[in-house]
Amino acid sequence: MPSVMLRKREDGKLLFYIAKKDLEETIESLEFDSPNRWGGEVVLGDGSKYYFEPMDTPPKIPMTLQAKRLSE
Amino acid sequence: MAAMTREETEALIQEVLEVYPEKAKADRAKHLAINDQSLEKSNKCITSNRKSLPGVMTIRGCAYAGSKGVVWGPIKDMIHISHGPVGCGQYSRAGRRNYYVGTTGVNTFGTMNFTSDFTEKDIVFGGDKKLAKCIDEIELLFPLNKGISIQSECPIGLIGDDIEAVSKVKNKEHNKTIVPVRCEGFRGVSQSLGHHIANDAIRDWVLENRDGDESFPTTPYDVAVIGDYNIGGDAWASRTLLEEMGLRVVAQWSGDGTIAEIEKTPKVKLNLIHCYRSMNYIARHMEEKYNIPWIEYNFFGPTKIAESLRRIAAHFDDTIKEGAERVIKRYEAEYEAVIAKYKPRLEGKRVMLYIGGLRPRHVIGAYEDLGMEVVGTGYEFGHNDDYDRTIKEMGNATLLYDDVTGYEFEEFVKRVQPDLVGSGIKEKYIFQKMGVPFRQMHSWDYSGPYHGYDGFAIFARDMDMTINNPCWKSFKAPWKTEATESEPVKAVA
Repeated sequence: MPSVMLRKREDGKLLFYIAKKDLEETIESLEFDSPNRWGGEVVLGDGSKYYFEPMDTPPKIPMTLQAKRLSE
Repeated sequence: MAAMTREETEALIQEVLEVYPEKAKADRAKHLAINDQSLEKSNKCITSNRKSLPGVMTIRGCAYAGSKGVVWGPIKDMIHISHGPVGCGQYSRAGRRNYYVGTTGVNTFGTMNFTSDFTEKDIVFGGDKKLAKCIDEIELLFPLNKGISIQSECPIGLIGDDIEAVSKVKNKEHNKTIVPVRCEGFRGVSQSLGHHIANDAIRDWVLENRDGDESFPTTPYDVAVIGDYNIGGDAWASRTLLEEMGLRVVAQWSGDGTIAEIEKTPKVKLNLIHCYRSMNYIARHMEEKYNIPWIEYNFFGPTKIAESLRRIAAHFDDTIKEGAERVIKRYEAEYEAVIAKYKPRLEGKRVMLYIGGLRPRHVIGAYEDLGMEVVGTGYEFGHNDDYDRTIKEMGNATLLYDDVTGYEFEEFVKRVQPDLVGSGIKEKYIFQKMGVPFRQMHSWDYSGPYHGYDGFAIFARDMDMTINNPCWKSFKAPWKTEATESEPVKAVA
């Protein structure tokens, strides 16, 4: 369960950063991204997949969240 | 020598790797790469931030070096105790040339060495009591210090001393910030983890000291300069430009910085990151906790300075944007003159770099402004995000080397034959003896500043005086040069 720091890049894309792994990738797709449901499976720029526990409201970004790594 | 093609570079890497045993060869091969600008991500071509191989000559430092030497050391009004045996602090004392204003030994302590001087007794029975005594002595002898940081050396972690407990007790007693930093040298693979630990210590023990205290008057133009260590006056040369364009620099991290500045940083509007590698952690933390955006900038060479000033100004209103243009305009004649003077002397010269932190990619622009070309670069302790940022700066088919070994670096220089090598003091004399002009690029070879427009003039002068130094022509012994025009040797009587 790595801690993931989310931040917005200047062009509006979400950046997904894991300090321990030096992983800084853009988020290409997010399963739920609406005002009343946020989270689920995320696909990163390099193709790897992670999972956020779905939330009822979108988090205030920048923020650190716990993510689960999904095996391919 | 003309620029190398991709195939030639590949062949060179293979040739250099040839001497290693099978296993070491496989490992080192991952750290050497040929730059390819079409790549978006460096992890496709290079591996970094891995443990150095035992038996090769690495040029890296330790976590203590990263914390005490880089991040904490320059904070001038704090006393940094090198907690452990005397050597670590003494041999690194004042070596980094972080300039500061103040009276050393009275209200600033930058170039002094404080150590708890561990002996066998302290290792056997524990050194907490000694540390407490040290802190009391410091309070007695240097009452104007604004805080104390305890920089752990290896033995502290090994014997399990509880420096946090001592800090808490003494903090209550003296009512001063006392920061225990767990930066034992054996942690991590290089100084890079020391930076991270130091950042985390600032986050946990200093940054929130003034939360909820709104007595500090703020303006909409407050910024903090983060990751500028004022080597040879770098931060001052940067600061003048920012102030001239209308910004107010609230804090300098950490060159010529004070603990009060650090405590005020959460009140700024924008964090400006120069050394991304050593300070991005705290910038990310402040973005999350205090909602302060951060951007990276580069103050080496007029092209990058103009680019950076405009990018910084884009975060503010029109007065600052005009200010940025005004600053660029004001120095235009000055830097054009520098380029006009030195470019003809330096045009086409080729440079190989091997340094740490931000410089392997940041100085490329400055060399290019002088018409020079960087044909190889590498980081001592960079991570993949550093290489991501380097790929676009470097030309195609140039060499990238991560944590290069002494042997590899020498071989690369022999084959690529650059006109200048920029690296550290440990490499300096090897290359000078090989007859290659060399600049020590960690602390600017006792020169500087190199940041800002003022720094660029000094940078250009230094590169010229190194490369075009007449000594390189007299490198061959007179009896080994061609004896055609020299007088025939007179007969010995």
